[in-house]
Amino acid sequence: MYKNPPSGDVSLADFEIFAVDRLRVLKGIEEAKSKGQRGEQLQGTVKDLVDKHLKGGQNVAAAWKDAVSHFVLRLAYCRTEDLRRWFLAHEADLFLNRFREELLGDEQADFIQQNNLPYAMMQPKEVEALVDDLAAVAFSVGNSGLGSDLRNGQGRHFYKVAFEQVPDLVAGRRVLIRGGWAFLPRSDIASLVVGHFRAHLSKALVVTARRWAASLAEEEADRLTPIVDSLSSRYLGPDFGEARLLRSDITADQIPILAKQSFPLCMQNMYQHLHEDHHLRHGGRLTLGLFLKGIGLPMDESLRFWRAEFAPKMPGDKFDKEHGYTIRHNYGKEGKRTSYTPHSCVKIISATPGQGDYHGCPYRVWEKEAVRAALQKMKVTPGKVEEAVNRAKGGHFQLACASAWEGAHRCPCDTGINHPNQYFEESRKTLEAKDTKAKSALPATPLPAGAKQQFQLASPSTPMQTA
Amino acid sequence: MPTTDQPAEQDPLADAQAGPQNGPGAGDTDMLEGASDGPAAAATSFSRDELLKIYYGRLFPFEEFAKWLAYGHDSKHPRADATFFQRREFCFTLDGDIFIRYQSFKDKAELQAAVNSRQPAKIDIGPLYNVPPQRRNAYSGLGSERAFAPVERELVFDIDLTDYDDVRTCGKEGHICQSCWPLMALAIQVLDRGLREDFGFQHILWVYSGRRGVHAWVCDARARRLTDEQRSAIATYFAIYKGQENGVVKLALTQTLHPSVQRAYTLLEEAWRERILPEQHLLEDEESWQGILRYIPDEDVREKLQGRWSSGRQNVEGNINTFRWLDLAAEVEKARASAQRSKDFSGAHGLRRACEEIVFAHAYPRLDMEVSKKMNHLLKAPFCIHPKTGKVCIPIDPAAADEFDVDAVPTTSQLVAELNNAPADRPSKGSDWQYTSMAAPMQSFSSCFLESLVASNRASMNSQVQSAVAAPSLAW
Ligand code: SF4
Ligand SMILES: [Zn+2]
Repeated sequence: MYKNPPSGDVSLADFEIFAVDRLRVLKGIEEAKSKGQRGEQLQGTVKDLVDKHLKGGQNVAAAWKDAVSHFVLRLAYCRTEDLRRWFLAHEADLFLNRFREELLGDEQADFIQQNNLPYAMMQPKEVEALVDDLAAVAFSVGNSGLGSDLRNGQGRHFYKVAFEQVPDLVAGRRVLIRGGWAFLPRSDIASLVVGHFRAHLSKALVVTARRWAASLAEEEADRLTPIVDSLSSRYLGPDFGEARLLRSDITADQIPILAKQSFPLCMQNMYQHLHEDHHLRHGGRLTLGLFLKGIGLPMDESLRFWRAEFAPKMPGDKFDKEHGYTIRHNYGKEGKRTSYTPHSCVKIISATPGQGDYHGCPYRVWEKEAVRAALQKMKVTPGKVEEAVNRAKGGHFQLACASAWEGAHRCPCDTGINHPNQYFEESRKTLEAKDTKAKSALPATPLPAGAKQQFQLASPSTPMQTA
Repeated sequence: MPTTDQPAEQDPLADAQAGPQNGPGAGDTDMLEGASDGPAAAATSFSRDELLKIYYGRLFPFEEFAKWLAYGHDSKHPRADATFFQRREFCFTLDGDIFIRYQSFKDKAELQAAVNSRQPAKIDIGPLYNVPPQRRNAYSGLGSERAFAPVERELVFDIDLTDYDDVRTCGKEGHICQSCWPLMALAIQVLDRGLREDFGFQHILWVYSGRRGVHAWVCDARARRLTDEQRSAIATYFAIYKGQENGVVKLALTQTLHPSVQRAYTLLEEAWRERILPEQHLLEDEESWQGILRYIPDEDVREKLQGRWSSGRQNVEGNINTFRWLDLAAEVEKARASAQRSKDFSGAHGLRRACEEIVFAHAYPRLDMEVSKKMNHLLKAPFCIHPKTGKVCIPIDPAAADEFDVDAVPTTSQLVAELNNAPADRPSKGSDWQYTSMAAPMQSFSSCFLESLVASNRASMNSQVQSAVAAPSLAW
């Protein structure tokens, strides 16, 4: 339950390696869920991830690594509401699946006892006294397997829990309640335990955040702070930066049509505002600019594109003076000369666009009517529009985006959406696979013959099924 | 509810000694409805305001009322919290629908003085806050942890006969009579058993709302500490009735019934046959039986019954409604058996449920969910006077809910008349209600509710252990 931080020495290198390994597990879970994995399938994936990344190794006990990595990430992810939410959600999934996978029934009971959780195993006599009602509830919630087991004298492992602990089950009449106790079959206890885990971790994160801000950050300025800082913004998928750049043959003229066909909503939104207002504030310029770089718009074309978009309001020379630098900077041609990588969804989602800014994730920022209208304009199929709207409402922004992708391309999105550039790439792959005359999709300047091939060769990932 | 969030502009203690001072004004003489046909016609020479003043001054059971709401904190017990009573919100409704929210009083004396000086037409009880509501402004803007917020509140239920207008034939809206009371009695029985047997609550106060409904106050410590989410869950647990669509009641029923729903059904079914059907005449004329036949999914059955019933009254022994109900049940069962034989399982299932659905649709309690869901919802205090009827909101003994007689509920004018006949040599201090028809309801208030509540307050203060069990420790 990670009540106390591990005591002992951790080398700085381990500190970071452990944390990155755990991050891989959490991101893996995120990805699996964004692909729609649930239940046993997800449990299997989690097991593989844990085996691969968290098992420890020579001289490193798994429990040690588990604890250290958890506490390091707590530090890294305690500092904003969004980071906390992300961390909490995925740690809870990790916990739930490990609880189910790694603990047998009796071990679960031990765990519950050791952690002093307010549930008690029902005595056989208690079960006996209530067995008819327990079976009736099982039948009434459609679990006739358990119902008949109970009638045959089996399946008699139940926990009793104060009804206050399970408001959802109470509201849905999904449990037997007697004398203020709710009686849960053993199989349901995991989700309860995870509720406690969540509540506990959530509180702990807030406390950690306070302490970090109050003193730790400064004390650790030379040691942990840089690591911690970088951990929370780390994106472990392909980074769509230089190394990954698959093509660099997009021209400024192609942007409008590409935007319409293959930009995710966030990018469409920024592009549209830029196009209509001939202006975009810094956050938007940066996000959209890096995205365009990521899809393969070379620097010269990028300059041409931005200059043209700003032109009605800003003469070319003024533009070059004010914005040329930033664009070259984005491409690593100015300043520190590091090449900046396009922002991932996590980063865009956690942005807090102010008044007049457009660089957030629309699924997060917009009212649901606005999302609906925008998706309808994108010609997303009605069912998917609603799915996206609902998922966005439920706080599942990337899942919403995946729905929109599916509705716009009319085929399933196997990879989930983690990055706007990935949205774009998957879109191009699908459109080009669908339309063998792919060139017509990019009418402005036909691609050189080899380009398309290169594009496809370079992305051997999961083939998209055509609907 | 339109509320003016205006603090009391005067210190309620200021005129505690002065007592009531505003004499009957010229405009005060409108009589209350129904007051003159009560057994106490003698009192009609008083105006409504005068009656209210006498009621508050001599009859309102402040002693018992405050004892209840203090939950044992009015004692010298070392665990008693002296601020407890003071953190409770009261809301007064003055004439002309002026709401004065966030009233709070140190103790019974202060409450009594304020009531006597302001003569509220209605008193509502709100939650217990973290600080006395009267002084909430001193705490505003102090950061979220100390902000003014409700911390405790009875779990309350409100059931109103106006929500049954589609299934009662004796009257609508504000109407209530002995023919529709069984619906309320049933609601009390179903909820009371559920709250006690399922949730383990023991201290439940049922109160007649003064006109056409009932309120429940669940006062166990555990109930008072429920979060909004938990309140909502309990309300939903009891919400089988889900409103209506096209004249058909929507019900939250599962294929096979949850045991608590099954238990409710057993209660409903009996009352349905014995009281509701005959007293509401639900199968007597075409219009009302049409409403019932709608729940039968098989057209042949509907037509058969319809034909038989409209061809005039058969010569039946006993009540025609009960007779037709048995007829209906038999016909439905025949159709079910034949559907079963021809392996039409979904048809058979629909038919098996038809009678159940009719009973649930017509008799299952219809809750005003919003009242129960939120800690800070106001609810009219017991012992208030309903401004329209002049009736006292008296407690109801849930075990005798069936026999409760709405027409016998005392009105202020009746009580005041009774008071005039009270022995002249009674002690000058103390509760005058014992000389009136308030005596019986007060007796039931004490024996069904207050005595055991007081005992359990004391027991729980005496025992740290007990409270530790009720609130499992989450400190891990
Ligand atoms: S989910 Fe990602 S790609 Fe989709 S709109 Fe939001 S930030 Fe853009
Ligand atoms: Zn009636």
